[in-house]
Amino acid sequence: MKMPEPDREALAKREEIAAALSKIVPAEGGVIVDEDELRPYESDGLTAYRQPPLVVVLPETVEEVRQVLRYCHENGIKVVPRGAGTSLSGGALPLADGVLLSMTKFNRILEIDFDNRCVVTQPGVTNLGITDAVQHKGFYYAPDPSSQIACTIGGNIAENSGGVHCLKYGLTTNNVLGVELVTIEGEVVRFGGKHLDAGGYDMLGLLTGSEGLLGVVTEVTVRILRSPETVRAMLTGFPTSEQAGDCVAKVIGAGIIPAGMEMMDRLATQAAEDFVHAGYPLDVEALIIVELDGPAVEVDHLIERVAGIARECGASTIRVSETDAERQAFWAGRKAAFPAVGRISPDYYCMDGTIPRSRLPEVLSRLAELSQKYELRVANVFHAGDGNLHPLILYDANIPGELEKAEEFGAEILKLCVEVGGVLTGEHGVGVEKRDLMPEMFSEDDLNQQMRVKCAFDPSSLLNPGKMFPVLHRCAELGRVHVHRGETRFPDIPRF
Amino acid sequence: MSETFRPDNPDQLRDLLAWATTEGKTVEIVGTGSKRAVGRPMAADHVVELGGMAGITLYEPDELVMTASPATPIAEIEAALSEKNQQLEFEPPDYGPLLASVNSGQGGSTARSNAPTGTLGGVISCNLSGPRRIKSGAARDHFLGFHAVSGRGEIFKSGGRVVKNVTGYDLSKLMAGSWGTLAAMTDVTVKVLPVPEKTRTALLVGADSAQAAQAMIQAMQSPHEVSGAAWLPAPLASASGVDLVAGQKGAVTALRVEGPGPSAEYRCNALREMLSAFGATEELHSVNSIAFWREVRDVMPFARPGDDRAVWKLSAPPASAPQLVGELTAIKGAEAFLDWSGGLVWLALPAGTDASHEAVRAAVDRTTGHATLFRAPEEIRRTIPVFQPQPGAKTLLSQRVKAAFDPKGILNPGRMYADI
Ligand SMILES: Cc1cc2nc3c(=O)[nH]c(=O)nc-3n(C[C@H](O)[C@H](O)[C@H](O)COP(=O)(O)OP(=O)(O)OC[C@H]3O[C@@H](n4cnc5c(N)ncnc54)[C@H](O)[C@@H]3O)c2cc1C
Repeated sequence: MKMPEPDREALAKREEIAAALSKIVPAEGGVIVDEDELRPYESDGLTAYRQPPLVVVLPETVEEVRQVLRYCHENGIKVVPRGAGTSLSGGALPLADGVLLSMTKFNRILEIDFDNRCVVTQPGVTNLGITDAVQHKGFYYAPDPSSQIACTIGGNIAENSGGVHCLKYGLTTNNVLGVELVTIEGEVVRFGGKHLDAGGYDMLGLLTGSEGLLGVVTEVTVRILRSPETVRAMLTGFPTSEQAGDCVAKVIGAGIIPAGMEMMDRLATQAAEDFVHAGYPLDVEALIIVELDGPAVEVDHLIERVAGIARECGASTIRVSETDAERQAFWAGRKAAFPAVGRISPDYYCMDGTIPRSRLPEVLSRLAELSQKYELRVANVFHAGDGNLHPLILYDANIPGELEKAEEFGAEILKLCVEVGGVLTGEHGVGVEKRDLMPEMFSEDDLNQQMRVKCAFDPSSLLNPGKMFPVLHRCAELGRVHVHRGETRFPDIPRF
Repeated sequence: MSETFRPDNPDQLRDLLAWATTEGKTVEIVGTGSKRAVGRPMAADHVVELGGMAGITLYEPDELVMTASPATPIAEIEAALSEKNQQLEFEPPDYGPLLASVNSGQGGSTARSNAPTGTLGGVISCNLSGPRRIKSGAARDHFLGFHAVSGRGEIFKSGGRVVKNVTGYDLSKLMAGSWGTLAAMTDVTVKVLPVPEKTRTALLVGADSAQAAQAMIQAMQSPHEVSGAAWLPAPLASASGVDLVAGQKGAVTALRVEGPGPSAEYRCNALREMLSAFGATEELHSVNSIAFWREVRDVMPFARPGDDRAVWKLSAPPASAPQLVGELTAIKGAEAFLDWSGGLVWLALPAGTDASHEAVRAAVDRTTGHATLFRAPEEIRRTIPVFQPQPGAKTLLSQRVKAAFDPKGILNPGRMYADI
C-alpha cells in the first residue's frame, strides 16, 4: 500500500512544529516527539501497516483543537485524527510527515438528559462508557461494536460503526443526533443537537462515516434507548451452510426483524468453542444465534416462530436461553470469535464486505473455492441478518509472501461482494486498506464527486490524506467545469 | 422563453443539465409538483419535469429492498409493497391536502382524494417523515443509495442496495433534505420493512401541553417501543375524522404501539395504566388507530378545505414542547399540535400576516432546534426566510457543498436559501 510521498519540508521542520504545538497545548505530555513514545501510535487495529507519525498532539479543549488545526492549515501540515486506534482499515494510520491528533483526553460525558433521551459527550469517551453512564436508569446506547470497551464514540462516528444489534436498532448514523466539528480551517460548527432532523443540508449524516477526512469531532449528542423488558437468544446449528442461509432469509421473509442474527461457520465455531467453552455444538457446518427482545409475550411468541422456521430448514440443534447467564454464554463465543481465531493461526486478516442476503450460499461456496486456490484457511463470521460478512483469512506473516497472498485473497473476496450486488465495506471503513479497490465499486465520476465534497471541507487536502481515495486530485482541478460552448447542442428532449 | 422539459431517461437528463450548465440556464426540478409551493419561490429559466422517469425497477421483498425511478408515485410504491405486506417504515406523509390552498392551479385539490400525492424522489429529496420518526428514523435513514445527474451535468451514484455500507461518503444523506438543489436523482433505493401485525393507540383525555409532554416523556422512557406520540388540543381533537377521538370532547394525547398481536395489546394496556395517573384513558384499535395517525402524519388539523393559514414546522428537543407551545399559542389566533413526542410542533397562524416569523424564530432559537415556514403564500415566502437561517461558518460550508455538486447554481436556485 503506497502512501503519499512525505513532504520533506515538514520532515525537516519537525522540531519547529513540535515547539509550536507545545505552545498551543502546554500541558505535560501534550506533545509527543520521542521515538519510543511515538511507537504505540504507529498503527491502529490493522497492524499490518505501521508508520510512526511526525509528532503526536493531545489537546484537551476545543480551543486547543481549533488552534492546532488552524496552525496546521496555515503551515500546510497534514493531520490524522485518532480515537482509540482500533480501526480495522488503517483509518488512523499515521503519516510520516503528519501530526497525529489524539482525541483521548476528550474523555468526559458532558450531559445526561433522560427527558430528551440523549447523552452529550466528548468524542474520546468509549462506546461502552455511554451505556455505563445511563444503565442505572435502565437505558443504553444501541450500536455495539465488538470493540466497544475500547473504541471511542468519535471513532464510531468517523467509521459509522455497527454491531450485532444494528439489525433492529440501526448503525451509528441512525443513533447520532448532533455533533460539534472543528474544520481544518479552525472554524467550530455544530450540526444537529437534541432535536430530530438536523436542518439545512444533512452534514451530520455526511460526517458520519467520513473517516476523519472532513473535520475533527469535538462533541457528540447520541440518542439513548430504554432497555427491553426481556431478551432471549436462540442457538441453532445446521448440517449445511445453505440450510443456515435459507433460515436467515426465511426469518426475515416472515416479517421478523430480530434484535440480532449472527452466523459462524464450522472453523469459527470450533475456534470459539475451544477458546471460551460456550457449549456450541461441534457437529454443525453453520451456527446461528438469533436474539429477540421486547415484552415477554412478544419474545416468547417470536422465539417459537423462529424455532419453527429453523426446524423446517433442517436445524440439527435448537437451544433457547432460559436465563440471562445462558444467553450471555451463547454470545460469549461469538463475541470472542476474532481473538479465538487469533489462537489457531499466527495472524489473521479480517474482511468486511456486505452482500444481499440471498446470495449467501453462493458466496460461501465461492469463498471455499478461493480458500483452496490461495491455500489459506478462512473462518467466517457474519452479521447474517444484514448480509455483512467478516471472513477471517488465516495466514502467517513470518512466511515470506503470505501476507501479500492474504491481501490478494481479501481483495478477491471484496470484488466478489461487489459482483453479487454488495459493497466493499459494511462497517470497518475504506481507510488505506480498501482505498485502491474503490474503483471496483465507483466510476471516476462517482469518486470525483465524493472528492469535491471533501474539498468543500478541506480545500488543501490536509486532513487524513491517503485514506479512502485511490488517487488524490487537487481541489482546483476537481472544481473545474469543462465547458464546451457551442459543442453542447440544445438537447433533443421531449418538452411541451 | 421558459420551457418544460420532460426527459425520458438519465442520458437525456444528463444532456439537458450539461447544456444548462454550459449556457448558464437555471432549471426547476419537479416530480409531479406536489411540493412546489414549499420553500423559497424560484424564478428558474426552465422547468425539468421528471414524470417520464417513473416505475419500480427492483423489488425484492425477502431482501427488504426496492429501487424505483424518481417520479414513481408514492401511491404506486405503497400498492406494490402492501401486496407483500410491507411498507416504507418512515411513513411518508401526504401533504396534498395541507398544501392545497397554496398549490392551487398546480394539481392541488381541496377535497381529499384517496390516492396520496407525491413521488418517491420528492419525499426523499425533502426528507419527509411521519410519526414513526421517533422510533424508526427519518426518510434519510431508509435511503440506501441513488443515481443522479449533478448540476455539472455528470451522472454519478452513491450508496448501494444493502443496509450495511460505509464505502465512501454517505452522499444519500446529503441528497435527502436538499430539496433538489444538489443533483437530480434518476433512481432511488430504499429499505422496506414488514407491516406490523397489529396497531393499538392509547389515548389520554384532557391533558394540556405540559401534562401531555410529561406523559409522552414517560412513555418514551418506558420499554414499550412507542411508535407514535402526539398531542392535539381540544378544538383540533374535536375536528378529527375518527369519532372515538372527536367524541372525547377534550384534548387528546395519543401513544401508538405496533407489533405482534399479544405484544401490541400488552404494551397498549401498560401505557394506559401509565396514562391513568394523568387522567381518563381510552384506546384505538386497528382501523381507528391507522386513520388517526394518518391525520397526524398529514397535518390534517390544518388541512381542512379552505384553511389557508400560515403553517410552521418546528423541530426542537421534545422536553421544550410546553414552553414552545405556551409562547407560540400566545400569538393571536395561533393553534398548535405536537407530534414526535413533542419534538415536532405544527403551528398555524392567521393568514395575511408576516407569519410572525420573528417571534417563531426567537422561540425556537431558545432551544437547539429549527423552524421551517412550511405553508404560506408566495409573497410571504419571498420576503422571510423559509428555512432556519444558518450562522456564517455553516453558510459557507453549505455554499461550498452546493458548489461541489452544482458550481453554476443551475438547480432549484434559491429554493432553500437565497445564496444556495
Ligand atoms: C477486536 C475488534 C473488533 C471490532 N468490532 C467492530 C464491530 O463489531 N463493528 C464495527 O463497526 N467496528 C468494529 N471494529 C472496528 C473499530 O473498533 C471501529 O471502527 C471504531 O469505531 C474505531 O474507533 P476508534 O476510537 O478506535 O477510532 P480510531 O481507530 O482511532 O480512528 C478511526 C477513524 O476515525 C477517525 N477519528 C477518530 N476520532 C475522531 C474524531 N474525534 N474526529 C474525527 N475523526 C476521528 C480517525 O481519523 C480514523 O479515520 C473492531 C475493531 C477491533 C480491533
